[in-house]
Amino acid sequence: MSFMKSLRGLFWRLSVFFRKPQRDAEFAAELESHLQLHIEDNLRAGMSPEAARRDALLKLGGFEQTKENCRDRRGIPGLEALLQDLRFGFRMLIKNPGSTAAVIIALALGIGASTAMFTVVRSVLLRPLPFKDPHRLIRLYEHSTDDKFPYNQVAGGVFKAWKNESHGFSDLAIVSPDAEYNLSGQSGQLPEKVRAAECSWRLFPTLGVEPALGRSFTPSDDQPSANGTVVLSWALWKRRFGGDSSILNQKIRLDAKSYAVIGVMPSWFTYPEQRVQLWTPVYHEESAKDMEVLNSHDFIAVGRLRPGVTEAQATAELSVIVRRLHDQHLDDPFVSKAANSLPLLNDVVGDIKTSLYVLLAATLCVLLIACLNVASLLVARGAARRKELAIRSALGGSRWRLLSEHLVESLLLSAAGGGLGLVLAYAALQWFVATRRDISRIEAIHMDAIVAAFVLGLILVSALVAGITSSVKISDDQVLSALLESSRSHSAGLERVRLRKSLLATEVGFTVMLLIGAGLLLKSYGQLRSSNLGCVTDDVLTMRFSLPEAKYAEPSQRVSFFEGLLERARALPGIQSAALVRAVPGQGYAGDSGFWVAEHPPLPQGQEQYAMVRWADPGYFAALGIPILHGQTFDAQARLSGPLEVIISESFAREYFPGEDPIGKHLLTIGRRPFQVVGIVGDTRFVIAQPPRPMMYFPIYTSLYGNVPNEATLAIRSSRDVNSFVLPVQKIVQQLDPELAVSDVLTMDEVIGKSTLDASFDATLLLAFAVLSLLLASVGLFGVLSYVVAQRTPEIGVRVALGAQRGELLRLTLVDGLKPAAVGLILGLAGAAAATRLISSLLYGVQPSDLTVFATVAILLLLVASMACLLPAWRASRVDPVIALRYE
Amino acid sequence: MGDKADVWQGTLALMILKTLETLGPLHGYGIARRIEQTSGDLLSLNYGTVYPALLKLEQEGSIESEWGVSDNNRKAKYYKLTRMGRKQLDRETRDWRQAQAILAKFLSAEPST
Repeated sequence: MSFMKSLRGLFWRLSVFFRKPQRDAEFAAELESHLQLHIEDNLRAGMSPEAARRDALLKLGGFEQTKENCRDRRGIPGLEALLQDLRFGFRMLIKNPGSTAAVIIALALGIGASTAMFTVVRSVLLRPLPFKDPHRLIRLYEHSTDDKFPYNQVAGGVFKAWKNESHGFSDLAIVSPDAEYNLSGQSGQLPEKVRAAECSWRLFPTLGVEPALGRSFTPSDDQPSANGTVVLSWALWKRRFGGDSSILNQKIRLDAKSYAVIGVMPSWFTYPEQRVQLWTPVYHEESAKDMEVLNSHDFIAVGRLRPGVTEAQATAELSVIVRRLHDQHLDDPFVSKAANSLPLLNDVVGDIKTSLYVLLAATLCVLLIACLNVASLLVARGAARRKELAIRSALGGSRWRLLSEHLVESLLLSAAGGGLGLVLAYAALQWFVATRRDISRIEAIHMDAIVAAFVLGLILVSALVAGITSSVKISDDQVLSALLESSRSHSAGLERVRLRKSLLATEVGFTVMLLIGAGLLLKSYGQLRSSNLGCVTDDVLTMRFSLPEAKYAEPSQRVSFFEGLLERARALPGIQSAALVRAVPGQGYAGDSGFWVAEHPPLPQGQEQYAMVRWADPGYFAALGIPILHGQTFDAQARLSGPLEVIISESFAREYFPGEDPIGKHLLTIGRRPFQVVGIVGDTRFVIAQPPRPMMYFPIYTSLYGNVPNEATLAIRSSRDVNSFVLPVQKIVQQLDPELAVSDVLTMDEVIGKSTLDASFDATLLLAFAVLSLLLASVGLFGVLSYVVAQRTPEIGVRVALGAQRGELLRLTLVDGLKPAAVGLILGLAGAAAATRLISSLLYGVQPSDLTVFATVAILLLLVASMACLLPAWRASRVDPVIALRYE
Repeated sequence: MGDKADVWQGTLALMILKTLETLGPLHGYGIARRIEQTSGDLLSLNYGTVYPALLKLEQEGSIESEWGVSDNNRKAKYYKLTRMGRKQLDRETRDWRQAQAILAKFLSAEPST
């Protein structure tokens, strides 16, 4: 009952709260009528008008007092006080628009950056995959015999054994990761090279995804004898086929063969990677033999755990199967010995995790620094109002009320910063998504309720951090001392200065850590960019193509295409050289092969030797400036059934022919045929961040795997702007084959840029954050020192009047200001020494404790800090004693 | 005023409710006046103190108010009992009587010899 009563009372109060002015007026009217009634009674009783009024007022107990007594009962005192604080805080902030704006912008940057990074982390790393029961999906791997590749791709034959013999999965699917098709143009469209995934028909059911249009693959589609079928991605369907649903059951031409479009996947679906634009059935696309081999690890395998089966149990069963296959093929070192697994989400986002968490940590650092700046500002304001606050306490103002005033002020600041930050975060996300198309799940990035809650949380925490750190001193019982301090007290607010200085030291500490992190990443990026690929990188243009097997079945057709292409490209005016190669340096792994040296004793059973494989035309080394160290290049005249020649790289010679001359020796490889070593060339890197690996080059005009290769990269070199050859070269390709598309038209610099994108991105962002916090910290230094100088002006005046040297004053003030910077620097260096180990996986060629970076940052920080302190110190040294003493 | 009793804590609300029950809708002045008169001028009552009490009763839903016109054509705010107010009055009257009886018994006890 009494609960209901108080609830009803609360409603009443609330309703009054929102129409307070009317209520106040109404109450005044009620009292007025009370007085009139009383006066009339008194008059009737025979009093004089004056006495009547006086008596009425007396009996009432005073007009204003009565109103006052009712006021606290009406409305909600706490809320009203809060509103008052809000109004007051707002006015305080408006009064110093400059510093207020600076603080709000700092907070907005901090909150905005943290929010954007949190959104990315949440969308990419934390949110479950958009598949059915995603926690039961796992990616399966082979564990290689030599333990070098614990997470290796899966061979077709191994997958077959898993599928037939395992029991832990309700579904298993296999996908070929890097298929590409030449999509022919229809009715005048240009041909196009599209990324694709060949998958077993169970892939979509395994993931629990249905096509948005049409149907999924069936077992009958997924076999060698079936007709060609294809499922399109939503994006490809929209872009290339105008989103027209009549495309279903129509034929399109892929690699010069006909495929029926049977379905279109939903727009959000992408697997196994972002760029995949269509899916084809793998057992139809690959030869039955390729799907049975045990030693060629070409596929992604994904499984859905049966309910009640753990990942460890299921993987252990797969391991047993692999082990059995291994034991049956002891002579083949490339048959793996165990299985491994990862949750599908980890697999999808694996490599980007560390960078994203580092960036998130950096943004939170910036936010913390911004908060400390706000705290510092509030401390300064508090100092200016110290006396006022003391008087209020003395008059009975509650501590809570004073503290709440502080909190409200910082809440106002952080709310404004948060609002602005949200806008910034939105813009930053747009930019991020546009810049980093390469990150998996980037399409999943968007702000949601959790992000909104995160922003609110940030605002509240910022307000609390800033408000509470700045008001530590309020609660101290200093009322009396504050009141006793006369205007002469030059040490006034010394406590506050000390507080601000420790805030500053903290700020500087975090800044130093950010600067060092950024410095390390920058240096690492510099190392990466300056590391030698092993070939010429200026003025080289590359483009990839692959000849459709259906149209270029004969080796002679391929050879004549290669020859025609090179001939015409070399004839273009301005082109210095043109060459063909499987993959240019920096373009990626592109395949390897096991080998034995014919002249060496056989390897012990189970031991393997392999090297990366490239096929190239004889002019390739000269064209890209890769030095021929010994021997010579391939026989320029040899075609098809020419001599079996191989050229090895320097590291190959060093590793497998130590102390002997490899020229003239033979490698047994690619079907155990003897290839004679004709030359040794300089090392090149397959990706820029990895040291060169042993490499074997084979002539592109020779039948290797039963035919001449059909995939190649054309590299051309010119002394002119090489980009101007993009169109002429594409025209040549069109003339040779109107249906053939080229892809990845990139200069060498762009190839390298692509592979260093991560590094440059991390370094740039972290540098931006570090510079931002350096700026904040120096503004903080400047503010505190200016304040100290202003406070000590009278004292300095006295000193000058007594004959202090101005130079000495300058030095004293500078030291005073630099002290917190120095303390912060030491803290920051120590913190960085501990924290940079966490980013060592992002570093290339730089130690986490790199001395140059630490030293540079220390010097930079001291320089910036001195600059920030210089102006206030100079001002202190210029104090005019006459004016200073007049302040008193 | 020295010989007049102050209003006991918590009894004012009961007096107001009883007054409204007896006289029907009435303005604040009338209520204060009536309480004073009923007490035979033994109570010292600042008329102003009835207003916070009225406000509290209104917030709790025991009474409600409405502007009206007094006998001599003055605008005044009239308070009247609600159903809940009547219940409250009954309950509090009972409680009060009980407390009074207990106290009376207590005070009439003879000192033991």
